[in-house]
Amino acid sequence: MGYTAKFKVWRGDDEGGALQDFQVEVNEGEVVLDIVHRLQATQAPDLAVRWNCKAGKCGSCSAEVNGRPRLMCMTRMSTFTQDETITITPLRTFPVIRDLVTDVSYNYEKARMVPAFAPPADLEPGDYRMQQVDVERSQEFRKCIECFLCNNVCHAVRDHEENKTTFSGPRFLMRIAELDMHPLDTADRRDVAVNDHGLGYCNITKCCTEVCPEHIHITDNALIPLKERVADKKYDPIFSVASLFRRKDKREAPGATPGGSTPR
Amino acid sequence: MTELERHSFDVLVIGAGGAGLRAAVEARLQGKRVAIICKSLFGKAHTVMAEGGIAAAMGNVNSNDNWQVHFRDTMRGGKFLNSWRMAELHAKEAPTRVWELETYGALFDRTPEGKISQRNFGGHEYPRLAHVGDRSGLELIRTLQQKIVSLQQEDYRATGDYEANIKIFAEVTITRLLVDDGRAAGAYGYYRETGDFVAFEAPAVVLATGGIGKTFKVTSGSWEYTGDGHALAMRAGATTVNMEFIQFHPTGMVWPPSVKGILVTESVRGDGGVLTNSEGKRFMFDYIPDVFKDKYATTPEEGDRWYTDPDNNRRPPELLPRDEVARAINSEVKAGRGTPHGGVYLDVSSRLPADVIRKKLPSMWHQFKELADVDITKEPMEVGPTCHYVMGGVEVDPDTQETRVPGLFAAGEVSGGLHGSNRLGGNSLSDLLVFGRRAGLFAAEYVDRLGDARPKVTESMIVDAENEALAPFHVEGGENPYSVHSDLQQTMNDLVGIIRTGDEMREALDKIQTYKERVANAGVQGGRAFNPGWHLAIDLKNMLLVAEAVAKAALEREESRGGHTRDDFPGMSAEWRQLNIVCRAHDGGVEIERQPLVPMREDLLELFDVSELKKYMTEAELPKGEH
Amino acid sequence: MATTGVHSPGRAQIDARTLRKDRWWLQPLLTFLALTFFVVYSAWRVFSGSNYYSAPYISLFYSPCLATECVEGAHPGGPISWWMLSPALLIAWIPLTFRFSCYYYRKAYYRSFWLSPPACAVAEPHGGYSGERRLPLILNNVHRYAFYLALILNVVLTIDAILALQTPQGQWGYVGLGTLILFANAAALWLYTLSCHSCRNAVGGRITHFSKHPVRYKMWTFISKLNEHHMLWAWVSLCTVVLADFYVYLLASGRISDLVFFSV
Repeated sequence: MGYTAKFKVWRGDDEGGALQDFQVEVNEGEVVLDIVHRLQATQAPDLAVRWNCKAGKCGSCSAEVNGRPRLMCMTRMSTFTQDETITITPLRTFPVIRDLVTDVSYNYEKARMVPAFAPPADLEPGDYRMQQVDVERSQEFRKCIECFLCNNVCHAVRDHEENKTTFSGPRFLMRIAELDMHPLDTADRRDVAVNDHGLGYCNITKCCTEVCPEHIHITDNALIPLKERVADKKYDPIFSVASLFRRKDKREAPGATPGGSTPR
Repeated sequence: MTELERHSFDVLVIGAGGAGLRAAVEARLQGKRVAIICKSLFGKAHTVMAEGGIAAAMGNVNSNDNWQVHFRDTMRGGKFLNSWRMAELHAKEAPTRVWELETYGALFDRTPEGKISQRNFGGHEYPRLAHVGDRSGLELIRTLQQKIVSLQQEDYRATGDYEANIKIFAEVTITRLLVDDGRAAGAYGYYRETGDFVAFEAPAVVLATGGIGKTFKVTSGSWEYTGDGHALAMRAGATTVNMEFIQFHPTGMVWPPSVKGILVTESVRGDGGVLTNSEGKRFMFDYIPDVFKDKYATTPEEGDRWYTDPDNNRRPPELLPRDEVARAINSEVKAGRGTPHGGVYLDVSSRLPADVIRKKLPSMWHQFKELADVDITKEPMEVGPTCHYVMGGVEVDPDTQETRVPGLFAAGEVSGGLHGSNRLGGNSLSDLLVFGRRAGLFAAEYVDRLGDARPKVTESMIVDAENEALAPFHVEGGENPYSVHSDLQQTMNDLVGIIRTGDEMREALDKIQTYKERVANAGVQGGRAFNPGWHLAIDLKNMLLVAEAVAKAALEREESRGGHTRDDFPGMSAEWRQLNIVCRAHDGGVEIERQPLVPMREDLLELFDVSELKKYMTEAELPKGEH
Repeated sequence: MATTGVHSPGRAQIDARTLRKDRWWLQPLLTFLALTFFVVYSAWRVFSGSNYYSAPYISLFYSPCLATECVEGAHPGGPISWWMLSPALLIAWIPLTFRFSCYYYRKAYYRSFWLSPPACAVAEPHGGYSGERRLPLILNNVHRYAFYLALILNVVLTIDAILALQTPQGQWGYVGLGTLILFANAAALWLYTLSCHSCRNAVGGRITHFSKHPVRYKMWTFISKLNEHHMLWAWVSLCTVVLADFYVYLLASGRISDLVFFSV
């Protein structure tokens, strides 16, 4: 069942590097990360790679396999032919540290800029009431394992280093959408999305959705709805005028305890 | 030599999983300057793997639930070896800790009234686990991570510096705790990325480093699970307790080989999944132990009725505590009734409609589809026991989580006591929250008490720590640490695994001695920047110390209880229940000592039927005047 | 070598603009060809100003026919008498704007025409990128207005299909191949229009508490299901548009005659 596969693995650091050739044994049922581990154990003990759970739940082993952003632990060897040369490189949007490890601090800096969850001030712990249908949209986004493949693939920063200062990438626009749809969040996050996180950079070309290992519909369920919510406010005078005359859900009703049950 | 990077904080939290983050949040709320050390990236800690949920007696689904019931379940699950005081605090405080998470932004699944939904789990009398599908751990860690970010934003508004009061050190490994005159003084470690060393000066240190899974071959733990905290604490002069009790989760994946050990959540059984052997028999009905006879269904029909009518039926034996199920699977496989890949079948496909499975168990569906090419809505899974959790850990004061070293605290899996000889599913996440918070709180209080009389980090401590960390580079052409690690894992799996005997454990201890020598001679190639070989060489020393503690404690305890099963001493002994085995580091190895348990408080004892207590306790321990 | 994008200093030094080995260029190429064909075809038909009516069928590019000079039988006596150009130009800008600002087509043309990016993890050939933050692309936020107008047009086209149940002489009771095509086209256009992201936002997406709006939640759920296939409806409706118009053209120019299934 086992065979010897041809690999090219990028090795180097921020000063330079190159694809290095390896021949390595592959057994049935293995994933790319297993092969990288075998390389470490047999041929290159100092090959740097980041990984943790090996089950697609922590989002650590992000890399590019044959040019496609993937989690190495979720890329099965059986998806390649046996005579194919498999190329593994680090993520190409973030600065490289060594070999397959990149500096992903961009993502943590952007995370820190997203205004935190803002529950109604008068609501005590234990009194939160939310209906399942109201939390489901945000729950989808909370499946995110922060592998940052979406931010890595997004051409707005991948191909334009200079946009990193103004654009937070799909991951954090989705985080804003998550909070904007949170049934107990009281903040209006639309201006923040546009002004501080660069929602307008997104041209909805959907690569974030394509690479998401959690299969979150980032574009259709987070980014486009967020753009539409922004349009509600900024580009739609009809709705702006209408909203003067009626209570518009949470934006005008902080402190609501939806669901109607009495707090304990 | 480059200048050593040094930092000074009030509270140093080592470990960035649930317990560490909760401790950090609390210490910061108490006004302390906190550093958080993550061995990997922030938000990647092993807590993300937890699937089932957080056990907390909120009574949202069944209003009969309360802290007393939760306390009883925890004690029963741990076979009464638990620190009853920790079990009490845990059961009482867990609901508040869960509600708190909602104020941080957590989005749990809901009941029709809009409260937090709770699910059934092995060993819990009522539906008790707050959950989000089967990714509850991810929700917990992300929520705490985001809470920390929100505190940093507060600090930024106040001071202009996000890191004024909480600083995160990602991808830093601590190699040594620094101790000044018997008190915690700080820690020493290196950046994984660069290999540069860093020293922290802090009067209060909270260990929250998780477990020891990587000492075993088949494990649900990630590479981080190298028992760092256990080893650091023992070397610093603290003790560990109950190290012989290792939980083998009954359902890990057994195929393909690369994912062997990865967890299949207990919710699969909680939501209706059944275990069958190669003959198609639901074998768990044959394995209900006497102490649980009146609590579990004896026929499949009754068990099936329980899912819809739990008040009038007993639960199916698939939901027995984990140790029982793991042993049962082990026996079935040994008796030749296993699957082709050496497990048993776990089936939901014949029990629930496909869309319900995908809704309730999304990440399991995903995991099997992508890793094993198995569609769990159409075919059964193959599962077998996997090393999952160490009940034992650093011995702490049950109220404050302080170890025997003043200023050194421990919380979460690295601490011992709460779970006794066996942990119930769901009690781990609640453990993290309850005792993470307590560790942070009492660490802050300890710092206040100290005032200006803080311990000092001296130059000689730093030189020693550096020499120790660099030692692997000084071995010319030494052995590859990977091979030592792989031998250790095999030894622990084979000789100190689910079923143990005295002879095998003595053999294991001999082997561990030889591994120690091999590690001393293991060499490392390449430089210090992100060098996994070097990292492993350092971690291996921790694993060896922990492995020795496990094996010695297990050899000492001549009975079978919870996560410790002796083929040569199959029974549970009331006398042994009165004893903990305590380990401390001594002369490069481990020294053990028997230590009597504190008798349970009378009012807690009264929560149980005397008939039940009789199964566990000696006559002298039973409540007076009632028998 | 360039020093921006994936070649920015600090990132892993890899010369290739992509290491993808699959035929990533195929999809943008096909999209480019298909959209180009449609643009050329529709320009020809819209500007031609002829062969758009053959009783009982009217080409959708010309419906409603608002110019006075519309041919006999097309919508009765349009009010706009001063219009000198093709009457299609009075109408065709609506579907054109709707499709141009559609979230799916935006993805399609950004990828295939502007190569921004041509495919995921394939570097785009542009030096700078500002997304949809400035003129003219910020105008894509008018999508919702185009959606409202498209709804009106859909009503008109549905009426056209119903009117096509008359014989060329105006008697009810007629089914020709053209009738079926007009109905199919109207159906496809409804599916495309209702599955639009703006529609999804309008019916319920902007609400935070679905539980308080059960009817709108149901509608949103329904629209969300359609929306998952928005791309499909976009292409299907594009095909039916061409088919419907071309069939009318063939009839009007006398090249074929209608295939009649039923007539009173």
